[in-house]
Amino acid sequence: MEQKIQDHAILADKFNKDIPRVDWHDKTLWFIREKRDKAAWQIAEWEELREAASQVKNNVLDNLHDYLLEFEKQAQQNGVTVHWAANAEEHNRIVHAIIKEHGVTDIVKSKSMLTEECHLNEYLQQQGITVVDTDLGERIVQLAGEPPSHIVLPCIHWKKEEIGELFHQHLGTPKGNADPQFLTAAAREHLRQRFMTSRVAITGVNFAVAETGEVVVCTNEGNADLGVQLAEVHIACMGIEKIIPQRKHLGIFLRLLARSATGQPVTTYSSHFRKPRPGQTMHIVLVDNGRSERLQQESFRNALKCIRCGACMNTCPVYRRSGGHSYHYAIAGPIGSILAPGLDMKKHADLPFASTLCGSCSNVCPVKINIHEQLYEWRQVLVKSGHVSPVKKAGISGMAAVLSRPGIYKVSGAVGRWFMKYIPALVNNKLNPWYKQREMPAVPKQSFNEWYRQNRKQNGKQS
Amino acid sequence: MESRAKILQALSKKFTDHPAPLPDVKAFPPTAGDPVDKFEFILRGIGGRTVRVSSYTEIDEYIAKEYTSGARIISLVKEVAGSAITPDIDPHTFENVDLVVLQPHFGVAENGAAWITSDRMGDRALPFISQHIALVITTDSILHTMHEAYEQIGNADHPFGTFIAGPSKTADIEQSLVLGAHGPKSMTVFLLSR
Repeated sequence: MEQKIQDHAILADKFNKDIPRVDWHDKTLWFIREKRDKAAWQIAEWEELREAASQVKNNVLDNLHDYLLEFEKQAQQNGVTVHWAANAEEHNRIVHAIIKEHGVTDIVKSKSMLTEECHLNEYLQQQGITVVDTDLGERIVQLAGEPPSHIVLPCIHWKKEEIGELFHQHLGTPKGNADPQFLTAAAREHLRQRFMTSRVAITGVNFAVAETGEVVVCTNEGNADLGVQLAEVHIACMGIEKIIPQRKHLGIFLRLLARSATGQPVTTYSSHFRKPRPGQTMHIVLVDNGRSERLQQESFRNALKCIRCGACMNTCPVYRRSGGHSYHYAIAGPIGSILAPGLDMKKHADLPFASTLCGSCSNVCPVKINIHEQLYEWRQVLVKSGHVSPVKKAGISGMAAVLSRPGIYKVSGAVGRWFMKYIPALVNNKLNPWYKQREMPAVPKQSFNEWYRQNRKQNGKQS
Repeated sequence: MESRAKILQALSKKFTDHPAPLPDVKAFPPTAGDPVDKFEFILRGIGGRTVRVSSYTEIDEYIAKEYTSGARIISLVKEVAGSAITPDIDPHTFENVDLVVLQPHFGVAENGAAWITSDRMGDRALPFISQHIALVITTDSILHTMHEAYEQIGNADHPFGTFIAGPSKTADIEQSLVLGAHGPKSMTVFLLSR
């Protein structure tokens, strides 16, 4: 199989060129993971909440057809236009058609991972529409011409001095000023003008309630609300899996979401959009883009329970030290690594291998997705389908051949120890990935098997 | 409409013989302690201010002390001084509002949030566009958890409603917390006991 030029390992290598920066990135994300723990521990019923959230989402996935119809009916009764998009292209076309209908060329957009997944910004720009991302972190990476590196913290990989320089170039702030307070104030001014002049606002959706037809959008900055309330048209874009059955279920999910994401008790704004404001039109675009197909795959379907909190990224030892961009997909980290191959197995074949399978992601997931088990399952599917590199395949076959034959295992252990002892350069070289950033261990004198037999002889037979 | 039919058809396939039942939402016991104290503690922790008052006059006095006479203050609480708004006004004209005073339905102790609906906002843009926001919450309306909150909301048909928990904020630049991202730079909650 033809190997992609820039897979996770290569991109992670690039990120790891600057070790102090990797350490900083690692620590920053771990700090957020710790905040999540503190927030979770304050809720006695935390585990029961996770279980309830998981069960509600299981129910949603098993009954999505009915819930979507109910949601559509309610939303239409609320005066909202509902659109259905089978894939990313159709989603982009629908959104563009609405914008065009209103004769608008400049729009604002709050955070939406779905629109990242569909590459809406690029598409609209090709049609001559200027999209301004209004979440501060997203605006920063947009000005820099990059995708977000984290679903909740889009510019977590940026240092304040670099943001100061970026703002100096694009927003005309004084050179050398890297004070977060000052830079945020400058962005506030800059984006206020956009809010004041934009007639169309796009938002994502955190939860869509089938019972009421309302969509709930959570932000800390208030950018979704400001955009929508000052616009003539509100377009809310959502994956079909964002449905929850009833309003009361929001109680469960809003208790879990922000605590899992950043350790906050709740986001500053949890806004329930049910009917457009007088004089405004509201559209909801329901997007499939591979989701209905994914639902048919028993092993992987429950990845669709994800509520996009990012807890699995903050805790992941690989994500923290490889950076979000090394995943080359809109959603990075463990959850992205099980979602991306479902969309394009060949393109994202490297991602399920970007994990230690330590299981920490599954432990923090607020809706109990078995992320690490799915990573392992994906590896099997990918190898069987021939989507791994010849080197990896040869390595795995070699390991299998040795590990399944005790005789060969014993001999190769002895041979390995001999080489490590007398010709260490054979393993201590750049070609051996285990030698990267670490010394190889000292060579043991004997194998465990040899030690055991010797020990047993010396100490008699008492177990 | 072709895609609608296609998606629904794909979803109508039976995935399992045992579809997961919808669980009951359990009523979790509230944590011990006074919900008003907890609300105050949590809200201060997320950048909000709280002021305990026993009359609307005290609220007026507090605002008069904090804001100059030239400040544009809009009050949707009839007992609190401030200008009213005319219906059907262009929301962009609120750009220079310094303070908006609103009365939410209730507060939630566990997260410092207050539930407010469009009928109490004057204009839906006001809670977000104003430079500062003040809320008047009666102490007897503070609930323990979000479950209680949704029980209280029930099936009320509000065109728009939002939980607001503190001032607009961001920590996108190196995790440094900055209050006043796009919306209000401060939030003051008057805890009114009667």
